[in-house]
Amino acid sequence: MALRISLKINGKMHELALEDARPTLLDVLRERIGLTGTKKGCDRGQCGACTVLVDGRRVNSCLSLAVSLEGADITTVEGLADGETLHPVQAAFIENDGFQCGYCTPGQIMSAVGFISERDGHATAEEIREGMSGNLCRCGAYAGIQDAVMDAQLRMSNEGKS
Amino acid sequence: MKTFDYQRAESVETAVKAASEPGSVFYAGGTNLLDLMKAGVRQPDRLIDITRIEGLDRIETGKDGSLRIGAMVRNSDMARHPTLLAEYPAVAEALLAGASAQLRNAATVGGNLMQQTRCSYFYDRHSACNLREMGQGCDALDGENGKHAVLGWTKTCIAVHPSDFCVPLAALGAEVEVTGPDGHRRLTIDDLYTLPGEGQAPGTALRDGDLITALILPSGGKRFAARARYMKLRDRTSYAFAIVSAAAMLQIGDGRIKDARLALGGVAAKPWRATKAEAVLNGAEASEASYRKAADAALADAAPSGDNAHKIELAKRILIRALKSAAAGTPPKMPALPGSVFAAGKEAR
Repeated sequence: MALRISLKINGKMHELALEDARPTLLDVLRERIGLTGTKKGCDRGQCGACTVLVDGRRVNSCLSLAVSLEGADITTVEGLADGETLHPVQAAFIENDGFQCGYCTPGQIMSAVGFISERDGHATAEEIREGMSGNLCRCGAYAGIQDAVMDAQLRMSNEGKS
Repeated sequence: MKTFDYQRAESVETAVKAASEPGSVFYAGGTNLLDLMKAGVRQPDRLIDITRIEGLDRIETGKDGSLRIGAMVRNSDMARHPTLLAEYPAVAEALLAGASAQLRNAATVGGNLMQQTRCSYFYDRHSACNLREMGQGCDALDGENGKHAVLGWTKTCIAVHPSDFCVPLAALGAEVEVTGPDGHRRLTIDDLYTLPGEGQAPGTALRDGDLITALILPSGGKRFAARARYMKLRDRTSYAFAIVSAAAMLQIGDGRIKDARLALGGVAAKPWRATKAEAVLNGAEASEASYRKAADAALADAAPSGDNAHKIELAKRILIRALKSAAAGTPPKMPALPGSVFAAGKEAR
């Protein structure tokens, strides 16, 4: 018996029929919707490469059953930019050299977007390292990632004022 | 992953009824359960999704002043709740010392309480594990066991309960509300978890169909709000299980300890309330010498279950550190590195 679910993904409604309840949100995004920006690293919640926003909160999409998320509002890395204009976090990652191979980057960026939205006021470097600890970078680009998040929160607060 | 039936429960009653069928498990945040299912060590026939049940996600103060936290409250929401931060700060610190931000956004209070006691041999289906299947034996006994239990273990199982959150709950004497096929009941945290016996795996006192609906933090716990800490030692500064951890809560007047609550994490198959150590502290001078005596009392019954004798000394040290930090006062603001001995403020150095 197929399970029917609807998900809003990057602003667009998707109706899906799942053969059974096993697919995670990660597998639905990549294999069913074709949004391959969200990466599968460990598939066990340990690396953060699959981080997306569910109803505005960052979660590991590999540890979320899609069927349980019926009606949820999902944002993936493909949904951040406004046309050709990058999201401030994306722009900050590029300008601060926040990656090397790039595999963990979509998860890092989505986690940073979630991190900044969770906070009142600017985070210190120590708070950024703690707040981003659920995202591993095999290349060790952590110094650039920290600088990018630091920069992004400034950009976003300046945007908010203008 | 093995296939399973999926059912979304609309009420506690329908959830309990559905889960009374053998092979059923509740699904909430999924962060522990799906991991275990992907590893193949949990193979339920049926998932009962409790995420849509109305009213399980509330935090409210009871008539007796206790704080009632619904089982579906997410860890991150609980950790930043102003009442929890003000009245039970060590609980908030322990929540934030556990897992990652992504996991805390999904993981629930009930799921954290029901976290599986486990070790790497439990995860490896090619290893013998009594916890996975009683009678297989325990490969951890002759294996990599540097992080296994030093209290309350038997040769049946030497795995530890991994939760940070449950450690201050044990210290506070918190309770859980349970609805089951036979109605409602309350259990203390201490009674919720069962230690391994001879031929008996560690687990919980819950039966098929039993659903934790809320956690109750007793009003009496508020008296420790000014001096309460949770501290843990781990392989890396963030996002790692405790090797050992401690919750310490104190009331101090005229340089003497009026009341103390202590619990240890990472040492046993349950969060370990250190009542003997509390007795040592009650009425004692608030000094390092007293904390040392308390730590010795807390670990008096400890024994290595393998290459982990160092954990006994580490547990004493983290307990002393947590006591000194609690005595110095709860930090006015949550530390940037919650539960960490690093950058923990000048009082902890």
